[in-house]
Amino acid sequence: MIEAMFQYEFLRNAFFAGVLIGLVAPLLGVFIVVRRLSLIADALSHVTLAGIAASLLMEKKIGLLSWNPLYMGMGFSVAGSLLIEKLRSVYKHYQELAIPIILSGGIGLSVIFISLANGFNTDLFSYLFGSVSAVSRQDVWVIVSIAIVVVATIWFLYKELFLLSFDEEYALASGIRARAIHFVFIVLVALVIAASMRIVGILLVSSLMTLPVAASIRVAKGFKQAIAYSVFFGELSVIAGLFLSYELDLAPGGTIVMLSVCILLITIWWKKWKRG
Amino acid sequence: MTKEEALKVEHVSFRYEKENVLEDVTFSVPKGAFLGLVGPNGSGKSTLLKCILGLLKPQQGNIFLFGTPISEFKEWHRVGFVSQKANSFNTGFPATVEEVVASGLTAKLGLFRFFTRKEKDAVKEAIEAVGMTKFQKQNIGELSGGQQQRVFIARAIVSKPELLILDEPTVGVDVHHVQNFYNMLEELNRHLGITLVLVTHDVGTITEKVTHVACLNKHLYFHGKAAEFAELQADDLSAFYGHHLHVLSHQH
Repeated sequence: MIEAMFQYEFLRNAFFAGVLIGLVAPLLGVFIVVRRLSLIADALSHVTLAGIAASLLMEKKIGLLSWNPLYMGMGFSVAGSLLIEKLRSVYKHYQELAIPIILSGGIGLSVIFISLANGFNTDLFSYLFGSVSAVSRQDVWVIVSIAIVVVATIWFLYKELFLLSFDEEYALASGIRARAIHFVFIVLVALVIAASMRIVGILLVSSLMTLPVAASIRVAKGFKQAIAYSVFFGELSVIAGLFLSYELDLAPGGTIVMLSVCILLITIWWKKWKRG
Repeated sequence: MTKEEALKVEHVSFRYEKENVLEDVTFSVPKGAFLGLVGPNGSGKSTLLKCILGLLKPQQGNIFLFGTPISEFKEWHRVGFVSQKANSFNTGFPATVEEVVASGLTAKLGLFRFFTRKEKDAVKEAIEAVGMTKFQKQNIGELSGGQQQRVFIARAIVSKPELLILDEPTVGVDVHHVQNFYNMLEELNRHLGITLVLVTHDVGTITEKVTHVACLNKHLYFHGKAAEFAELQADDLSAFYGHHLHVLSHQH
């Protein structure tokens, strides 16, 4: 694959995009998992699908819009994240309800848009399951910008995000601007989901945010170590997954996810074996 | 209102829907005092605390922290809080004792500021003050209930608050360690000069440690020095608790 990478631009694009996503998805994932919000990624990815379907539909029917469907996907994803927050405050005692509501709403909209368009070509399929050849240079730039924003935000808001994740009540009582910080965080999650789906696909996006973290919290001592291991496991599965899928001609999204599952199983066994 | 008062509660009343939880509660805590706020379960202690921390707004009355009405109070780093629920956190959370204690500096340090040598030293000191130095690199979920509670106290005192409020801190602490725990609080009060408000339903144990006592059961039944409280007849306490009560004295 390395030789081929020098030859084909699309492989280089996929590789760069993959490495960046392998960094930012688990980085945000740590905060999501410890706050028990793992399913938020799933809900938002389905809303993103609705945005992409809407963009493709407009392109097909009106022919005016030929921008990257990623933009509308991102817009829908951010709107969905804000709706989840709103619903979580409406259903104070059933906060998890927000997730299935947004998830089914997202699929419902997508199905309508897809049927209105009388089906799409393989383009939509590549969004569902990810595709290496689909990553354009423009996509890479979008992902680079998102990665910079995500890493900078986590860097500057690390102590606030840690406190908010560990003990929300205390965070509120100590007077930090919890709502504003949570808002920034959830918008970042929406952006990263939209960015990641090019590589792993909408149906598998949430796995990159949760599986490396699930493996990491089995072995990590402390939160910073949990972040370091999550990113390491995320990168390992993305890079190895891209190589394997190219060499064996497999779907990259599926290969990456199954490698994450393998890493997770290994950490579980390792922990058990260590305990004896 | 003198500057010598860390906390002042003035004619505070609070209702949830139609039920009165607090009725015309008035008391104050001088700086350097160790107040035991006692009352049976459901007496409105936790509601009062939430009002003091600004999480609930009483329908009537005023609360002052260091002489400032809490609606205008901005210096929350001067107030430390250890919640009753502190040790019901997600025990699978991957955070070391050090990380948890350091998080107590978040509000004081402010946005976009990073931990420096000074903060790291403060974290070390706080962990030492609660006797947890040996465990600082361990994940908090691996500790016992009493040890976890000590960590939460370290988190509360790391920002060097002048007033520390503890809501039933001994719930979940092994009976044998409760006395040790109170000794540690007494140290914090005497040596570090922190004003303490300890909320508890356990009247017996604390009267020897605290300097002031306030008894709450919707109304304030008693407010005064610990010595005066000890002189109260058991009958008075029974009326307050609503059933017969034996006050046991410990001999040390």
